[in-house]
Amino acid sequence: MVNSEVFPYLPNSSSRIKNRMLKEIGFGDISELYKDIPEKARLKDKLNIPSSTSEYEVEQQVEKLLSKNRSISEIPSFLGAGCWSHYVPAVVDAIVSRSEFATSYTPYQAETSQGILQTLFEYQSMICELTEMDYTNSSMYDWPTALGEAARMAVRITGRDEFLIPHYMDLEKVEVLRTYSEPAGIKIIQIEQNEHNGQIVLETLEKKITEDTAAVYIENPSYLGFYEKDVEEISDLTHKKDSLLIAGVDPISLGIIRPPGDYGADIVIGEGQPLGNHMNYGGPSLGLFACSGSRLLRQMPGRIVGMTNTLDGKDEAYCLVHQTREQHIRRERATSNICTNEALCAVAAATYLALLGPEGLRNLCETIITKSHYAMKRLNEIEGIRTPLFDAQHFKEFTVNFDETGRSYKEIHDELLRKDIQGGKILSSFPELGETALYCVTETNSRQDMDALVNALNDVLR
Amino acid sequence: MSYRQAKWNEQLIFEKSTKGRIGHVPPSVDQKESNAIGNPNDSVPPELKRKRSPSLPELSEVEIVRHYTRLSQENFGVDSGIYPLGSCTMKYNPKICDRILNSSKIRDLHPLQDGSLTQGILEILYHLSNYFAEITGMHGISLQPAAGAQGEFAGALIIRAYHDSHGELSNRDEMLIPDSAHGTNPASAAMAGFKTVVIPTVDSGCLDINAVKSVVGEKTAGLMLTNPNTLGIFESNISEVSDLIHSAGGLLYYDGANTNPTLGKTRPKEMGFDIVHLNLHKTFATPHGGGGPGAGPVGVIEDLEDFLPVPLVVYDGKRYSLDYDRPHSIGKIRGFYGNVAVLLRAYTYILSMGWDGLKSVGELSVLNANYIARKISLNKKYTIPYYPNSLVKHECVISAEKIYKDTGIRAWDISKRLLDYGVHSPTTYFPQIVEEALMIEPTETESKAELDRLIDAICKVAEECYSTPELVKNAPYSTSVTRINEAKASHPETMCLSWKMKNNRDMNSKDR
Repeated sequence: MVNSEVFPYLPNSSSRIKNRMLKEIGFGDISELYKDIPEKARLKDKLNIPSSTSEYEVEQQVEKLLSKNRSISEIPSFLGAGCWSHYVPAVVDAIVSRSEFATSYTPYQAETSQGILQTLFEYQSMICELTEMDYTNSSMYDWPTALGEAARMAVRITGRDEFLIPHYMDLEKVEVLRTYSEPAGIKIIQIEQNEHNGQIVLETLEKKITEDTAAVYIENPSYLGFYEKDVEEISDLTHKKDSLLIAGVDPISLGIIRPPGDYGADIVIGEGQPLGNHMNYGGPSLGLFACSGSRLLRQMPGRIVGMTNTLDGKDEAYCLVHQTREQHIRRERATSNICTNEALCAVAAATYLALLGPEGLRNLCETIITKSHYAMKRLNEIEGIRTPLFDAQHFKEFTVNFDETGRSYKEIHDELLRKDIQGGKILSSFPELGETALYCVTETNSRQDMDALVNALNDVLR
Repeated sequence: MSYRQAKWNEQLIFEKSTKGRIGHVPPSVDQKESNAIGNPNDSVPPELKRKRSPSLPELSEVEIVRHYTRLSQENFGVDSGIYPLGSCTMKYNPKICDRILNSSKIRDLHPLQDGSLTQGILEILYHLSNYFAEITGMHGISLQPAAGAQGEFAGALIIRAYHDSHGELSNRDEMLIPDSAHGTNPASAAMAGFKTVVIPTVDSGCLDINAVKSVVGEKTAGLMLTNPNTLGIFESNISEVSDLIHSAGGLLYYDGANTNPTLGKTRPKEMGFDIVHLNLHKTFATPHGGGGPGAGPVGVIEDLEDFLPVPLVVYDGKRYSLDYDRPHSIGKIRGFYGNVAVLLRAYTYILSMGWDGLKSVGELSVLNANYIARKISLNKKYTIPYYPNSLVKHECVISAEKIYKDTGIRAWDISKRLLDYGVHSPTTYFPQIVEEALMIEPTETESKAELDRLIDAICKVAEECYSTPELVKNAPYSTSVTRINEAKASHPETMCLSWKMKNNRDMNSKDR
């Protein structure tokens, strides 16, 4: 308890200043400023929360609670599935901590906000380069909500109401898609994937794409870590029926694999968290959203920054553009209700991509692939374990199947935890895959971590 | 005080690129790892190999740090000065709330880790939910929405689910929304499948209760309202509005964008609301980040608790966990559990302020806004519609209509000229029901001296509109760049939305 009515963040909180201000504007007491609140609506008691606390005590208190967590910097972890452990360079933290960025609002007053505007313009430019798309917005909340917005956008553009998605998808992402789609009357239809190699079955896809198909959504790499190879064919089949192709990506993988713009995607979405954003227990993340063609641009949700110049023509300058798509102008006819987005996470992503550059990003991809394949190789040496389950190439995530061990993965997972190893995600949403988990290996997993996992599994399964 | 913002004429980072430079070296692999698999490129299917390397910039670390440091210096934040952007509640963001985030105990926490490893953060989220329940008077809280607008979307979906559970969804498709509402309200309602019915504002600055009476009925799904409203005026007839909506079978939604002045004084519950969202990047002092991330927790009365998005943080007396087993839930609205880093900042803020500090926050935000309203009302060049007949709460909306009629100078010009005085400008042209609107929300974290400086600047600019109109029309001069050609930026012929477009444009103009 602070023994004072004066608060460090409230410069006018001392009664001397307060009373002087009240007097200057003709009031005697603060309560007079609240006389328009009817008796019935007033709060009778004080709020039932603790009283004010000094900064030192608050820090102690919060850190004490946080100390109950054991993060993956303390124990090896093989979790991915929508949030990934990638190293965040020190420069990224330093830049996003610049309070001129962090404490600014959405740059409605462009002349005094050139810093954030140019940075977001550079972010858009880098995502356009990475995906080979024409336009990128300055962020959605995360990948799942970007998918929801992409579905609604595709339906607005095509006037059709069917949305095709792969079978092997993160169930939670599908649920977000349903939440966004249901009020718009969008029908979600699953596309079959080959049970041996995970690839979309082209014959059935062709049948499922009809005059009612607004868009076909694919993920590359897929949720279960394998690449979708037949992208050209999928793109052709989709466009033959004038449907849109939407691709979901892990932006890190684009250092080495083909960008969706190169195989004709109309919209690209993805999770930008791996680009310099800490995991923070799953949020904030960064929803990537890019599209090609001016017809699509007009329907794109979210903020977009454009380059222009000053009226006197002397300087290049930046400002928000196409605001007539947005809620503050267009209200119920806006392309989306999104207002506050994840701009500072986009600043982190721009800084991250600038730091790595094309070479760094490619090297990172090579490191990740080498490590994930080392892990798969070592795990396969264990009797009863099969990885990956799909006969396809994988990036950083892969399925590990335990059917032949005769044990449930949950049981094994819990035993790993007792040995201080956080195993991969239990895949309960695909019963046909049996006792399978989704493992992830990135540049932050040392060989020692992977060897420890193998040893632990050998122990557990002995 | 004279003011000059930094001006670096920073080129695009792509234009500073030098082939072969690198800003960061990713971790390498060891021999054993690489022996095991050989060339990693061979594991990428040939038809999926990237043909062209992405044209990302190539710079050294120091060049990148300088580039973005210089750009940050071309940006005005709350740490730079007063930022009275109405309805945005740009208050000071305490530094301790940022420092808490430096802990690897939160940074390196994966959302799918076993519950035994995440008891600390779950306990924090559980307490935070309880604090928000207490602050709003609501019964259940979901911390998930990523922003206020997503909270509104969740709330509108809850209204939808509620009527659906009564078999009334097909009839109740109208959402009543005042003409002074934030644009997100009608946009969120429309996303959730509702038609919007606009309610006008009457002379007191409050919504027209007779208009509500005339449209409310069996088609009414609900009414979305912010209180105090965007004019900064408390909707005093709130209880009557609540009775009207409820007796017609509708629900009352509280847009929490303007919660700041109510802290410790009134709550959505006492006002009769059923659903509430809070903007943590406004009321609870988390930094706005140049456009996000924010957080928009949503709270509901007991009858609606079953509809909240999954998962909820629960406690069984021994252990904290995430509850997905909620069959009536509207489902998932985003990945994982919310913008946890933002939630943790807000938790730290609430602990610091306590009930007593939050009450002072409410009071001082109102005092500061009334101080500004009174001082500016003495300047006859501006008018403040509905004032002083109605008190203001956290913000006041001044009109430059007279100046416009006398001189042709718009609120937009005034907002630009204000930048030269080292302050951020108020929100312009909002709410749309006030002509030449300048919406000022000082917040409680501005000192009297800073308020006086803002008032002086606003009054001086009014004088300049008459004495040196050209000075105002061509402002600003002290910012990194002078007045920007915004029309050109959005024009299809001249728009440029990426470095690639700029290159193409430059090449085309060379060809000509």
